[in-house]
Amino acid sequence: MIKAVMMINTQGKPRLSKFYDFMTVEKQQELIRGVFSELCSRPENVSNFLEIDSLFGPDSRLVYKHYATLYFVLVFDASENELAMLDLIQVLVETLDKCFSNVCELDIVFNYSKMHTVLDEIVFGGQVLETNSTEVMKAVEEISKLEAASNAISLVPKSVSGWRGR
Amino acid sequence: MPSQAVLEELNLKELIIGSELSSPNAHGGNVAWSLIRRRKPNNNPNRKMEQLKTIGRELAMGSQGGFGQSKEFLDLVKSIGESRSKAEEDRIVLTEIDTLKRKLLEPDIPKRKLKEHIIRLVYIEMLGHDASFGYIHAVKMTHDDSLLLKRTGYLAVTLFLDEDHDLIILIVNTIQKDLRSDNYLVVCAALNAVCRLINEETIPAVLPQVVDLLSHGKEAVRKKAIMALHRFHRKSPSSVSHLVSNFRRKLCDNDPGVMGATLCPLFDLISEDVNSYKDLVSSFVSILKQVTERRLPKSYDYHQMPAPFIQIKLLKIMALLSSGDKSASEMMYMVLGDLFRKCDSSTNIGNAILYECIRCISCIVPSPQLLESAADAISKFLKSDSHNLKYMGIDGLGRLIKISSDIAEQHQLAVIDCLEVSSYKGNFFEVVCFHVSTLFFFPGLMFLTFQQDPDDTLKRKTFELLYKMTKSSNVEVIVDRMIDYMISINDNHYKTEIASRCVELAEQFAPSNQWFIQIMNKVFEHAGDLVNIKVAHNLMRLIAEGFGEDDDDADNKLRLSAVESYLQIISEPKLPSLFLQVISWVLGEYGTADGKYSASYISGKLCDVADAYSSDETVKGYAVSALMKIYAFEIASGRKVDVLPECQTLIEELLASHSTDLQQRAYELQALLALDARAVESILPLDASCEDIEVDKDLSFLNGYIQQAIESGAQPYISERERSGMFETTDYHSQDHHEVTSHALRFEAYELPKPSVPSQASTTALVPVPEPSYYSEPHQPISTSSSVSERESSEIKLRLDGVKQKWGRPSYQSSTSASSSTPPQAANGTSTHSDGGVASSSSSRPRSSYEPKKPEINPEKQRLAASLFGGSSTSRSDRKSSSGGHKPAKGTANRAATVPKENPTPVPDLLDFDEPTATSGVAATDPFKELEGLMESSSQDGGGSTDVMGLYGAPVKTTTSVDSLLSELSDSSRGTYHQSQTTKGPNSKEALEKDALVRQMGVNPTSQNPTLFKDLLG
Repeated sequence: MIKAVMMINTQGKPRLSKFYDFMTVEKQQELIRGVFSELCSRPENVSNFLEIDSLFGPDSRLVYKHYATLYFVLVFDASENELAMLDLIQVLVETLDKCFSNVCELDIVFNYSKMHTVLDEIVFGGQVLETNSTEVMKAVEEISKLEAASNAISLVPKSVSGWRGR
Repeated sequence: MPSQAVLEELNLKELIIGSELSSPNAHGGNVAWSLIRRRKPNNNPNRKMEQLKTIGRELAMGSQGGFGQSKEFLDLVKSIGESRSKAEEDRIVLTEIDTLKRKLLEPDIPKRKLKEHIIRLVYIEMLGHDASFGYIHAVKMTHDDSLLLKRTGYLAVTLFLDEDHDLIILIVNTIQKDLRSDNYLVVCAALNAVCRLINEETIPAVLPQVVDLLSHGKEAVRKKAIMALHRFHRKSPSSVSHLVSNFRRKLCDNDPGVMGATLCPLFDLISEDVNSYKDLVSSFVSILKQVTERRLPKSYDYHQMPAPFIQIKLLKIMALLSSGDKSASEMMYMVLGDLFRKCDSSTNIGNAILYECIRCISCIVPSPQLLESAADAISKFLKSDSHNLKYMGIDGLGRLIKISSDIAEQHQLAVIDCLEVSSYKGNFFEVVCFHVSTLFFFPGLMFLTFQQDPDDTLKRKTFELLYKMTKSSNVEVIVDRMIDYMISINDNHYKTEIASRCVELAEQFAPSNQWFIQIMNKVFEHAGDLVNIKVAHNLMRLIAEGFGEDDDDADNKLRLSAVESYLQIISEPKLPSLFLQVISWVLGEYGTADGKYSASYISGKLCDVADAYSSDETVKGYAVSALMKIYAFEIASGRKVDVLPECQTLIEELLASHSTDLQQRAYELQALLALDARAVESILPLDASCEDIEVDKDLSFLNGYIQQAIESGAQPYISERERSGMFETTDYHSQDHHEVTSHALRFEAYELPKPSVPSQASTTALVPVPEPSYYSEPHQPISTSSSVSERESSEIKLRLDGVKQKWGRPSYQSSTSASSSTPPQAANGTSTHSDGGVASSSSSRPRSSYEPKKPEINPEKQRLAASLFGGSSTSRSDRKSSSGGHKPAKGTANRAATVPKENPTPVPDLLDFDEPTATSGVAATDPFKELEGLMESSSQDGGGSTDVMGLYGAPVKTTTSVDSLLSELSDSSRGTYHQSQTTKGPNSKEALEKDALVRQMGVNPTSQNPTLFKDLLG
């Protein structure tokens, strides 16, 4: 199971973090800081894996990938395959790239809720849901379309809710 | 997109993360990203700020439907990004929080604005600030009808709240409603929330809806519903244990994505209980086969690999299912062989599958060919330039080595018998070479040179492998290396692990005692207090007991070498506390044993230790005890003891110590110094640390004394358990015929509350309270038959009784209700309350002393008992007779008082207990059972079929019929209410309706209604 997804920039600022088991705000911060300091201390051109029992409890691994100014981090347990998780980061970035065309840190910062939408389509409750970035994009686009529609006409849902309430 | 246009215009390309997506074929997936870095260095902060502002304005116009953010948000992000210090950032965030607090309270906020506020809250919390004031607003948003707000609300609550948060109660109802929504996006959002926010108690409230969604038209919804059920399973396996067949059925869903999602819960289920899923092996194998044969739609390809994540999950499941099972393993040989042949090792994902195959082979009963291909794959990994692949290779090697020895025995092949670490260059760039001389499954890998570089992960993995490979022939080299590495790292967590591994290896393979003690010294010296205290105790015991040989000489040598090494080390500064404890103990026991060192020399050293580590009480304690032993041995051997002056001052200091422990030790030492040789020798005999001290737990040496006391009129002791706990515990014993566990927790659900009975139980439970003879009753047979003293003892109990009453009912109620809540024999339970005596005298089983009194039972009482309990049901005849047997235990004096009480209760009681369970049980199950049978028959052909993938391609009639049946089921389940109502009669209909109502309202019933839902959901 995937325990957490994080995007941290090279200064250590979290850009997006999602924990699939509840953590208090303080714990989240502690973990993000811990992960970042581990990542900083790693030289270039080494493996993308880290065993990170000290932060996340026994049997937890971490896979990260460094893109320009951002670290993409996945934390997971023994039931996942490390190389596959590395590719999941790839899926995520590919999708973001399709989403924002030439994604950069700014896109991620400024489209905070869209980022979550994308992530939720890829990882659901700690399990991999979809790995095809085209499919993910389709779902995300549909959501944004309907959201826009529901925003414009607020009359329709009213009647629906009336029906539902019966 | 406008944002991109702006980016290009402003030359902000240096921030771009990934741009050119080269074809995965060219370089392999993992290098598909070429990063564009810093085309134009631009370090002018002002300019950058300008740029950001422009972008912000551009984005703020919100021209790109749905996701545009307002200027405030951008300003917030920007100012936080530019803040120079943590304090500045905090200030910005605090003002932002103030603004948001104000704004959220404004009436009539436009929806887009509201969403934005909540997103800002989420952002603030991600930065580590408290946003709890806004939680309620997020909760409110989930109630909104607009999809935009609802999704935002759900997003926010999933990030804000934990499953036990108080506000969850406000969301559960909305979730229930949304799960039934027509808009599948609303359903998806609700399912997302379900995964995070539903806890064990609220699962039943949403479970029916989630199960309904398993047959939803959209595959995305089905997928998520399965994942949600999986999540439920993780939180509380019992809540969905009746739904396991759904997972099996969903394995042949006509959408491969749904099938893939089903693998996740199945993986968990199978890892818990392998044997009940063995039948699925063939299905999994055929699914995997069809996936590898590319029979899935193209959209499931990833980097030209067909559905790799599904393949990996399948391999993991198959590894679980076939571990140690030859026939199951054989089914997989073909497909595994195909995978090795077909897998494209130039892409990352291809290697991921290869690695998974290796892992799978290391779990199953492998064939020689498969082992060979696995070995080939590993050697490719190890030779690769990529550190990731090296890592995987080392991991795989570690796995294969674990199984290789068995195979070697089976096939009479050569074993990897000498894995030597032959060359070693120190420091950071150490080179570890394994010389693999007879690796039967590594033909191309005779000499594996593995360079260890700064990659810590890789290094750790290598040490893990070394640890697995350790044998007595190579232990010295490996442990030396490990200790060097242990000294070099700072990570305490990993240091602990490596230290414990060193200890383990040293204990297991130590070639000599001297070596062992040296290694232990090193470990203690460098890892010190990180070492488990048990290790220290083991070491002390080992030194005391020797290595198990009966060779005293060798043991003495071992001790001497330990003492010598400790005397060397002891003067080093700053030793860890645990190590000092070991040193002190060993010096105390064996410091002077050999005669090589004088007592004053050793005691001087020990005093130094106590002085140098004066803040550490444990060390001081050990040191003082060691001193005491040394002086004791001196005195015992008849030598004159002259206490060193520093030792004297130490004793005096400790006599006034704040620690009572140290004080006592000091006093003992002082007292010991004044004793003569004979006394001292019996107090602290030489080298007696291993002698067992026999503890007479029964205190039998006091027997004479007790006898005397009893003869002179004292009362015999009655244990506390017998005094107070007899009623509950014995009740329990008498009731639980089938449950063997005497005091264990109960795990099965309590039975359904029955309206009439509990009130009766409680009234009967209360009735005896004012009756003082209640507790004395059980003892009356004893008192009539035995001595005066026993009569007195029962009177003592009477008095205790009075005390209990003073504290009022609760104490009584708690004791009685405990027995009434043990359900299966509730009928018996009430009867025990009604007459108390039954319970207590049936307790005679555990207390054997009462057993012989049984024969004295008055036959008249027996008849009375039989008439009171007799007659209604045959099934309880055995219990009836037993209660009849106990009945007479009641005192005659009390009969008049109890009879009227019992008379009204038992008869209706028994009837009540029998009837409702019977009717509701039978009536509720039957119709559903039938339905289930229908479904089973239709789903079985799906489950058993091997050509599962064929179903995906063209939805064949069978699946559609399953679907329609499922949908019919939901309809017909409504119908069954009526149906059942006719068969059941009014009672159960009411019960069903009530239950349904309760669930609709989101109230969590005290127990799951097994009869209703288990069968419905199959």
